[in-house]
Amino acid sequence: MLPLIVVVPMLGAAVAALLPAGRLPWLWATAVSWFMLWAAAGLAAQAMDLGVLSYWMGGWAPPFGIEYRLDPANALLALLIALLAAVVLPYAGPSLASEVPERKTPYLYAALLLFLAGQMGISVTGDAFNVFVFLEISSLATYTLIGLGRDRRALTASFSYLIMGTVGATFFLIGVGLLYALTGTLNMADLAARIPAVAETRTVHTAFAFIVVGVCLKLALFPLHLWLPNAYTYAPSAVTALMAATATKVAIYVLVRFIYTVFGPAFAFGDMPTAHLLVPLAVIGLLSTSVVAIGQGDIKRMLAYSSVAQIGYMVLGIGMATALGLTAALLHVFNHALMKGALFLALGCIAYRLGTTQLAVFPGLGRRMPWTMAAFVAGGLSLIGVPLTVGFISKWHLVLAAIELGWWPIVAVIIVGSLLAIIYIWRVVEVAYLQPAEDPGRCEAPLALLVPTWILVGLNFWFGIDTRVTIGIAERAAAMLTVGLNGGAP
Amino acid sequence: MSFFAHYNYHLAIILAMIGLYTMISRTNLVKKVAGLNIFQVSVFILFISLGVVEDGTVPILSEGYTAYSNPLPHVLILTAIVVGVATTALALALIVRINEAYGTVEEDQVQAKDEEP
Repeated sequence: MLPLIVVVPMLGAAVAALLPAGRLPWLWATAVSWFMLWAAAGLAAQAMDLGVLSYWMGGWAPPFGIEYRLDPANALLALLIALLAAVVLPYAGPSLASEVPERKTPYLYAALLLFLAGQMGISVTGDAFNVFVFLEISSLATYTLIGLGRDRRALTASFSYLIMGTVGATFFLIGVGLLYALTGTLNMADLAARIPAVAETRTVHTAFAFIVVGVCLKLALFPLHLWLPNAYTYAPSAVTALMAATATKVAIYVLVRFIYTVFGPAFAFGDMPTAHLLVPLAVIGLLSTSVVAIGQGDIKRMLAYSSVAQIGYMVLGIGMATALGLTAALLHVFNHALMKGALFLALGCIAYRLGTTQLAVFPGLGRRMPWTMAAFVAGGLSLIGVPLTVGFISKWHLVLAAIELGWWPIVAVIIVGSLLAIIYIWRVVEVAYLQPAEDPGRCEAPLALLVPTWILVGLNFWFGIDTRVTIGIAERAAAMLTVGLNGGAP
Repeated sequence: MSFFAHYNYHLAIILAMIGLYTMISRTNLVKKVAGLNIFQVSVFILFISLGVVEDGTVPILSEGYTAYSNPLPHVLILTAIVVGVATTALALALIVRINEAYGTVEEDQVQAKDEEP
């Protein structure tokens, strides 16, 4: 079952490209995404029971063969990708039909499935070079998908993402090459066992620097986030929702995996100044991009900047180097995908009816599209971190982690970040509900778009109230990843 | 440890810097892609030169030879080259479409056209 979760979408992409243009590729892609959800749920349950699932590609035993390895940390991620795919793909049909010419549908869904295959591959593989290959598969699919946007600026956005993304991936490749030169292995578990013996060499230090910088480019850590706002703004709505929810999260996972598993927290936070680098950048990014978000006229762009800010919270949790901080980061990875997914899907409904997401079309939208705007408000509340939503759960854990370390300024930063989120969400709410519409006609989005949006909104509250599953997995994953943290770190 | 003892690394670093500099300094999108390619090739050379074993021969078992070069980095780079080709193809396809939409492939002119109302 473990390899199938990657192989099925990959072969499914080839099938989708061969199908006739129209609704068929969409239905096929949706069926594949539902299979992925079913498989991911089964695998996650198994991984929680057994601890680690391992599959040897072609029967070659690791560390020589490629190993697929599922533990609680990537089980959470695989579940997240599959869940978002299964919700967004049914939505993608009508939404993309209004934004992309029909003749392109086979390739469009082929690219979407390749994107999912790449994301899934990164999350389940236990081989460092395999990560690079899957990273490029999903990135190449993403560049194509962004380039399909209606605005011509989508093309330049896609191109600059391609340049920066490839540089990031190549940096990652340099790091992996240096590690291989030193240890002679590419298997992550094997690397983790061999690195401590050579940790004092400059080669390992250089490899660590290249890998962290390369991955940070991919996850859009401030100030390496410049590709993200344009890419999110000009990509088709459903693509933005899927990308915002999963692409940067997978990069976060790669960062966590390399810092905590491959290099080990003792090396990453003891020998290398990782915390001194990640925490200030996360804080600056969190505050500055939140402020920039407030001034945006296009709401899609506003949410894109807000995504960079939210990535700051996750990196902050990683940089704390404690089990609680890492729990908060992993929780926020999952929860942020739910809230940003819901918000971007709501924006997609507005783009579907009005053709744009500029703030100028929002007056009176609270009455014209009541369900869509209600979903937007609910997602916004979650983004701010209001109790009973998932946003509250992850921010609460982050605050607890900061208090545990005695980092009171960080607690203040988290609260200020939430206040800034209130400002930029309120801007939209105020215009939509309190300003009169020029054209008061009702234009609610069709049910085919509203149902997936509300499913994600519902999940925002479900996992905000019943936190056993998410916190359970995140805590186990963090406990597993931070083994040796207390022993080795000075 | 003289400068020339590790000339393969120096070569890779020089190439990487040429590539990165081209990407940053040129406004022509095609030249940016060329820079990206040079940068990627520098990494390929780094990997391939890692596989060399002194006095080693091609990794095919035969009598009379005991030292073989390490084939694994070469195989990895075969994959990376394929990825690089796909990236270049996609980048050039995007440039074609940018040229259709804007009538230019110069980054500053493209930006100027976007800023026009």
